Amino acid sequence: MTEAAYNFAYLDEQTKRMIRRAILKGLAVPGYQVPFASREMPMPYGWGTGGVQVTAATLVPEDRLKVIDQGADDTTNAVSIRKFFQRTAGVATTEATREATVIQTRHRIPETPLHEDQILVYQVPIPEPLRFLEPRETETRKMHALEEYGLMHVKLYEDIARHGTIATAYAYPVKVEGRYVMDPSPIPRFDNPKLESPAIQLFGAGREQRIYALPPHTKVVSLDFEDHPFDPSRADHPCALCGATDSYMDEVITDDAGGRMFLCSDTDYCSTRQKKGHRGTESAA
Amino acid sequence: MYVAVKGGERAIDSAHAWLAEERRGAPDVPELSIAQIREQQGLAINRVMAEGSLFDPDLAALAIKQARGDLIEAIFLIRAYRTTLPRFGASRPVDTAAMACDRRISATFKDVPGGQVLGPTFDYTHRLLDFALAAEEGTPGDAADEAQGADRNADPPRKPHVLGFLDRDGLIEPASREPDLAHSAPADLTREPLELPASRALRLQALARADEGFLLGLAYSTQRGYARNHAFVGELRIGTVAVEMDIPELGFAIEIGEITMTECETVNQFTGSKSEPPQFTRGYGLVFGQTERKAIAMALVDRALRWEELGEDFVGAPAQDAEFVLSHADNIQATGFLEHIKLPHYVDFQSELELVRKLRRDAETGAEGAK
Repeated sequence: MTEAAYNFAYLDEQTKRMIRRAILKGLAVPGYQVPFASREMPMPYGWGTGGVQVTAATLVPEDRLKVIDQGADDTTNAVSIRKFFQRTAGVATTEATREATVIQTRHRIPETPLHEDQILVYQVPIPEPLRFLEPRETETRKMHALEEYGLMHVKLYEDIARHGTIATAYAYPVKVEGRYVMDPSPIPRFDNPKLESPAIQLFGAGREQRIYALPPHTKVVSLDFEDHPFDPSRADHPCALCGATDSYMDEVITDDAGGRMFLCSDTDYCSTRQKKGHRGTESAA
Repeated sequence: MYVAVKGGERAIDSAHAWLAEERRGAPDVPELSIAQIREQQGLAINRVMAEGSLFDPDLAALAIKQARGDLIEAIFLIRAYRTTLPRFGASRPVDTAAMACDRRISATFKDVPGGQVLGPTFDYTHRLLDFALAAEEGTPGDAADEAQGADRNADPPRKPHVLGFLDRDGLIEPASREPDLAHSAPADLTREPLELPASRALRLQALARADEGFLLGLAYSTQRGYARNHAFVGELRIGTVAVEMDIPELGFAIEIGEITMTECETVNQFTGSKSEPPQFTRGYGLVFGQTERKAIAMALVDRALRWEELGEDFVGAPAQDAEFVLSHADNIQATGFLEHIKLPHYVDFQSELELVRKLRRDAETGAEGAK
């Protein structure tokens, strides 16, 4: 079958319309998980099928797409998804956060602040923030409906009682506009403050058949306690290439004797800083 | 100077080229044709069609070839293709009572109208490797032709459903408790998200495309006491049925094709509950192709899932738990999510690493403080 046999951005228009309805509902009820009839995609569940469907339903021919995985444009799955949309939608692509109109991401929010007219699409593995406290969907939907989030607070409290701190490092739960508790997808909690954004944020979970959304400037509060306020932690090192101290770090093991260095996980942020002349300890002279 | 790892794109291209080479195998061995796979790997074809939810032996053969014989991968290829096909409408329910049976057995009655037909089954073969097949001269002799000839050519007698005999005597529950089931178009699992609790029709739809191994394990668990439901195979039939569709412009239904199906109806012991009198109850399995292990397993699991409507106790067995069964039965969902953990998780792992370091640091200073 030739590529011409597929519709713009792979999905047929009926399917896109169904997904757009779910997106609009999600935007109307921020943080609420909208069920949608997720399709089988030509990449496996777990590879970002939810994000890919949301992106496909969102793209128009004039868009400029950026795809990142772990903050980087050149990780294999990011390359694969970007190629997919180049083939099926023929849209322009970019690695520059500022220039993109649609950004699909797995596990990170770009360091460069987003602006209006941008859409950030998250790939979500488990959309239900209460799932590991209560495995049943029928139960968790009830808990959301009744705004019954005591179980989550007990879990966070137990963390503090046991470890002295909240032991959730990524996929840190948030409360949206004082109503729904939401899973921000497995982003490090360092990224949580960036969830309040002028951009539209859409979350797609393909296997679990859920879409949810944050309209621009939605209030997003990371769950915490007055005496144990939320703490977005990061590795306490500057980037070895660009010297940044305000970005999230990947730890890279450099030899078998315990040698390691820290680099920006956001490759676009790092290279932009290097172009501007910022240097780290491992930079070329 | 450190240069960050690059080259995801080149790595993917090289991996695909290597994969294509591995798929072909040694070039001096002749390549398999689609027709060879279709004709000689028929049961693999059946599984791919059943779990791919698409009846097309040639596409299934292509998928098996492309997937290097990995059936779940082949099922995935079929699903991803199927999902792009337009939906014209729903067929009429197939009439399995009018099935042209290649095989039809009942474990509950020694003889039944229409007769028992063993058909092409492994059941009574001795599982001894047939080294003659290795000589690649495996054309069955005349005996096979003769055996089939008589049955095949004669107009086959109509084979009524065995459970119908019990039904006539009022000893078994009616086939469907959902009266409008036969007349309304059923919900389509692939076009609407699965909402729980799911109707029996929807559950059966999910089970029909569920992973054979998963259903086998669940069904087996019911036999071993986890929600035991005392199943007898009332009837198992395999054969071709006509698919008919109402054409609005014509005002009547026409036959649009023939498909092979396996149907299993179980008779289950039932001593009655608060709401139901003692009677036999039913489990039902219907699957594309000759797939009898799957059809029997489906019937057992269907019966186990019906505890609520029959007023039975929920004993906490996995096979009774519709949410558990339906959420985990699809092998494309399962394999995708399972295998995705090999994708990079640097960021999550890094945040965990930081957390563990912090917790250890806190524990150490705490211990020192205590001294």
